[in-house]
Amino acid sequence: MPNISRDEVAHLARLARLAVTEDELDTFAGQLDVILQSVARVGEVAAEDIPPTSHAVPLTNVFREDLVRPGLTQQQALAGAPAAEDGRFRVPRILGEEA
Amino acid sequence: MSDLTRLTAAELADKIQKKDVSAVEVAQAHLDRIAAVDKTVNAFLYVDTERALSAARAVDEDVAAGREPASPLAGVPLALKDVFVMEGAPTTCGSKILEGWSPPYDATVTRKLLEAGVVILGKTNMDEFAMGSSTENSAFGPSRNPWDLDRIPGGSGGGSSASLAAFEAPLAIGTDTGGSIRQPGSVTGTVGVKPTYGGVSRYGLVAFSSSLDQGGPCARTVLDAALLHEVIGGHDPLDSTSIDAPVPPVVAAARDGARGDLSGMRIGIVTEFQGDGYQAGVTAAFVQAVETLKGLGAEVVEVSCPHFDYALPAYYLIAPSEASSNLARFDAMRYGLRTGDDSANSAEQVMALTREAGFGAEVKRRIMIGTYALSSGYYDAYYGQAQKVRTLITQDFEKAFESVDVLISPTTPTTAFRIGERADDPMAMYLADLCTIPANLAGTPAMSVPAGLSDEDGLPVGLQVMAPALAEPRMYKVAAAFEAARDAASGGALIHRVPELEA
Repeated sequence: MPNISRDEVAHLARLARLAVTEDELDTFAGQLDVILQSVARVGEVAAEDIPPTSHAVPLTNVFREDLVRPGLTQQQALAGAPAAEDGRFRVPRILGEEA
Repeated sequence: MSDLTRLTAAELADKIQKKDVSAVEVAQAHLDRIAAVDKTVNAFLYVDTERALSAARAVDEDVAAGREPASPLAGVPLALKDVFVMEGAPTTCGSKILEGWSPPYDATVTRKLLEAGVVILGKTNMDEFAMGSSTENSAFGPSRNPWDLDRIPGGSGGGSSASLAAFEAPLAIGTDTGGSIRQPGSVTGTVGVKPTYGGVSRYGLVAFSSSLDQGGPCARTVLDAALLHEVIGGHDPLDSTSIDAPVPPVVAAARDGARGDLSGMRIGIVTEFQGDGYQAGVTAAFVQAVETLKGLGAEVVEVSCPHFDYALPAYYLIAPSEASSNLARFDAMRYGLRTGDDSANSAEQVMALTREAGFGAEVKRRIMIGTYALSSGYYDAYYGQAQKVRTLITQDFEKAFESVDVLISPTTPTTAFRIGERADDPMAMYLADLCTIPANLAGTPAMSVPAGLSDEDGLPVGLQVMAPALAEPRMYKVAAAFEAARDAASGGALIHRVPELEA
C-alpha cells in the first residue's frame, strides 16, 4: 500500500516534533517506504473476527489505599531540569508571536 | 588474581561465604579487568568504582560478623543495562538526549539487587532506547563482541552481553522488548532470559514499548541466570502490570535439569523458524542440539505455528507505536537535553530542535513509523491489524503448548554480523529479531542458551527455549540439561573458548 512521499514524512516529523533536515527527509522517505511496505504484510492475515490484543496479560485496575507517602523533594525534581527559576521549571514561551 | 573473573556467580558467592576470597577482592578483580579491556570492548558507559567497593565491603562485614547472606548472590558483581535507573548514577539509555542526567531514584530491579548484596559495577551500553540489534545505535559508540572485535555483540543489550563474554562481570541485567536479551546472549555465547511479561518489575525501567518491555537476567551459565532471576523477580506494587504471584522456582529447576534427565519432556521444533534465511552453521548447530536433547530422553516433534511468520511485521508496528507515545516525554522541559532556547524560539520549536539533536536516526524512524501507524486512516490497517495478529500468535502458542512442554528454535538466524554490515539497512537489522519476537507479543517466557559454534565462522550459536506463561521452570530445566550435556561433550563450557583479549 504505502509509497510514502517526502511531504508525508515532513508531516510525520512535524507531528512527532522532530525538526528534521532536508537531507534526512530524503533518507527517511526511502527507508520508511521500505519498512512500511514490509510491515503492511500484517494485512495478509484474515483476522476479521479476531479480537485485538493490547496487552499480553489480562489487566485489571489495581487500587491502593489513598495514603500520603514520600515523593521527590522540589530540589530533586528540579535537579535534572535544563533550566529552573524560582523553584520552578523554566520553559520557553508557549505562545506564538502572532498570539 | 585475575582468574576470579573466570568463575561463575554461584562459585564466587560460595567462595565469599567460605572466606576463601573477600567480596572486595572479587569486585577489585572485575574493576581491574574492566580497566584493562573496556577501552577495546566498550561494554560500560559508566563504572561506579566507589559504590561497588563499598557494597562489597558491606558484604565482607556480614561474612565477618557471621550474619546470614542477604541473598545467594551476595558479593557477586553485576553489570546493569543503562535503561534501569540507579540514584546518583548517570542513566543515558544510549541517547544524547539523556546525557548527563542523574536519576533521583532507584528502579525496583536496582533496589532488589542492592538489597541482595549484589555489587553493581556500572551501567552498560545499549542501542538508543533499546531500539536495535547491534549497539550501533548507541550515541556513545558500539560495543564489540569479544569473540571477534570487528563484530557486534547483539543488541540492544550488547553492553551487557559483551561484559559477560569479556569476563568483566559474571552477571548482567538486560531488557527484552523484541529479543534484546536473547539475541545478544546468542551471539556472545552467553545465557539470556526473558521472563514472563510482568515477572520482573518495570518500575524505573525507561519505557520503550510498555506492553512488550521485560527486564531479565543475563549470565554465563543457566544456574547463574536462575539465581539472578529469583533475586530480581516478584510482585511490585509500583508496577501496575506486575504479576502478583511467587517467582517460579527456577533455581531448583536449573539444578534438576543439570542432572541430565529429560525423559517425559515433550519438545516442539517451530516449523516456521528453519530453512531459507538461516545461516548453514546456525542450522547445523541447532540440528546437533536437537540430537543432544533426544539423547537426554526428550521426545522431540515438529510443531507449526503458522502466524509466527507475521510476528516481525506486527512487532514493527506495535513497538514503534508505543515508542512514539512513550518518547513524547523527552520534551526538553523537565530533564535531559534542551537545544535552541534562545528566547526567540517557542517551547514547541525548542522541543522539535531538541528532539532532532538528541535522538539518533533509528529512534526518529521508529517514532515516525509509530506516528504513521496510529494516524487516523491508517490505524485499522496497521496498528489495529497488528493487534489482531498478536492475538493469533498467542493462540498459536496456546495450541502448541497443548501438545508439547516447550518450543525450541535457533535464537537468531545468523551468528554475529560485522559492525557496519547492516547499519544502513533497517530491514536487514530487524531480521535479527525474527525468532525472538513471538514470545514478546504473547508475553510468554523464553531464553537463549549457547548451542555451540558455527562451522563456517567459529562464532557462537544460541538455542532458544520457549515456555508457557509462568512455566519458566520447564525452560530452565531443558536449558540446564542441554548445557550440561553440551559442556560434557566438548570438554568444558563454550564461553572459555572465547579468544583472550589483549589487555
